[in-house]
Amino acid sequence: MTPFTYTRAHDPASAVAAVAGRPDAVFLAGGSNLVDHLKLGVATPGEVVDVTGLALTGIEDGSDGGLRIGAGVRNSDPAADARVRERYPVLARALLAGASPQIRHQASTAGNLLQRTRCVYFQDTTTPCNKREPGSGCSAIGGYERYAAILGASPACVATHPSDLAVALRVLDASVVVLGPDGERRLPFGELHRLPGDDPSRDTTLAHGELVTAVELPAPPPGARSTYVKVRDRASYAFALVSVAALLVPSDAGDPRDAAQVRLAFGGVAHVPWRATRAEEALTGVRLTDEAIDAAVELELEAATTSEGTAYKRAMLRGTVRAALRELSTGERTLR
Amino acid sequence: MTRTIGLDVDGEAVRIEIDVRTTLLDALRERLGHTAPKKGCDHGQCGSCTVILDGRRHLTCLSLAVAHDGATVTTSRGLAALDEAPDAGPPADTAEPSSPSLPGADPADLPLHRVQQAFLDHDGLQCGYCTPGQVCSAVGALAELAAGQPSHVTDDLSGRPELSDAEIRERMSGNLCRCGAYAGIVAAVRQAAGS
Ligand SMILES: Cc1cc2nc3c(=O)[nH]c(=O)nc-3n(C[C@H](O)[C@H](O)[C@H](O)COP(=O)(O)OP(=O)(O)OC[C@H]3O[C@@H](n4cnc5c(N)ncnc54)[C@H](O)[C@@H]3O)c2cc1C
Ligand code: FES
Ligand code: FES
Repeated sequence: MTPFTYTRAHDPASAVAAVAGRPDAVFLAGGSNLVDHLKLGVATPGEVVDVTGLALTGIEDGSDGGLRIGAGVRNSDPAADARVRERYPVLARALLAGASPQIRHQASTAGNLLQRTRCVYFQDTTTPCNKREPGSGCSAIGGYERYAAILGASPACVATHPSDLAVALRVLDASVVVLGPDGERRLPFGELHRLPGDDPSRDTTLAHGELVTAVELPAPPPGARSTYVKVRDRASYAFALVSVAALLVPSDAGDPRDAAQVRLAFGGVAHVPWRATRAEEALTGVRLTDEAIDAAVELELEAATTSEGTAYKRAMLRGTVRAALRELSTGERTLR
Repeated sequence: MTRTIGLDVDGEAVRIEIDVRTTLLDALRERLGHTAPKKGCDHGQCGSCTVILDGRRHLTCLSLAVAHDGATVTTSRGLAALDEAPDAGPPADTAEPSSPSLPGADPADLPLHRVQQAFLDHDGLQCGYCTPGQVCSAVGALAELAAGQPSHVTDDLSGRPELSDAEIRERMSGNLCRCGAYAGIVAAVRQAAGS
């Protein structure tokens, strides 16, 4: 690790000032990603500003029937929270599918959303990587691509965003509360992460020094059911190959497979948690047969580019969306 | 940059001056001689460095020690003292419990925690390298289960999870065992949960 100074921030404004005022300063939350990167030499900050002492650890009811989750809340807490389990099962399930119990006690809401890609080349400082070292090239293209993106990638970067939580928040239409040097702002969750384009070094739209203080969930649509299905190389403690966050409002008509509203977000396929708006449109007001689901996923994947290493993701995504929507419509659980 | 921090480790209050880059694992092992937590991967991927930190099971390899000034740490060496308060565990959706500290006795002279005894009863180990992390993790897992917290394999999120081998496997999945003693580990955790 390169030398750095350590400061413990006592209020959000001074944390923002400390990081905003120094280009090589970073926020430290649980440390489960940042400390790893300090060891690997991926992160070489001159100053580390610890934000775990800030009072951002509450889960509070919002005025509109929603919920506000503080940036410092540890991942295990919303997963165990009765309100989350009842109203936002997709959120509880996404958290419980992530990392390990120990890591979930350590990881914070904000740290989870702002964790960096697990692309092996990003983590290996001996290889070229445009995200770590702009202009050096992308080793993943034509290299180890099993975890690479198939949607929204660019010739500069095929990294995927590793967070499960982010995929659930994307489908829940959450917003992010951010404090910067000029005050507080709120952004829709879909505007937090960005596609790589020709500047993969930036994962998000946040400016340097902007502190995430909370995530806000609107009340779920009346009658909504939701779930999260994640496929991995082993049963637990592994990142997603693909994952699906799904929300379904069944129609009043007789067949449980008739959908009034469907929302879908995909993990493991892009640099951002991918909201599958084309598939959603195709499935809204439709009977959720396997054929209809496959066609909708294929429509979403029309823009996808796969390679030898990622070709499997098409079929896996179809199967995972089927499993998620079957669970929500008929209650039959085929994958977990 | 150095800093002086205080920790309570297995019932003993200590103060040390550390380089701020020191992980909690290195502070415990290299500076304080607490070699119970093991360094397996040093990257959060194996669980062998697990301790009970301020009442919750926690890795120590991805934590800066300086960020845990004032913390209470229970390693597998001091685990037996926690058995006196078997209910200690985070309740379903409120704050974590405080972890009781050890009496003055040398932890090595204390009886085994029931989880540790169960590991012996069921051969839940071979080389033993992962075991200090496994037993700390099992203590945390049982407390979380007792508090009604769901896991990835819990079918009904609204109810209380029931103890099953699938639940034990999932809840212990943050601890790898290169010797493959998993069958014994599951049996040990099942026994400890029942006693
Ligand atoms: C072995 C292993 C397996 C894992 N598996 C999974 C998995 O399956 N699914 C999954 O989703 N995750 C997984 N993770 C990742 C884990 O969820 C993240 O490491 C964790 O969520 C990061 O949270 P933290 O609080 O520890 O963040 P830190 O490491 O402290 O910080 C991460 C980043 O966020 C920034 N940051 C932190 N707080 C703020 C804030 N308030 N405002 C602005 N910036 C901030 C930091 O500067 C840093 O860049 C795994 C991790 C490991 C080590
Ligand atoms: S040494 Fe900490 S998880 Fe492996
Ligand atoms: S007993 Fe050898 S690693 Fe688990």
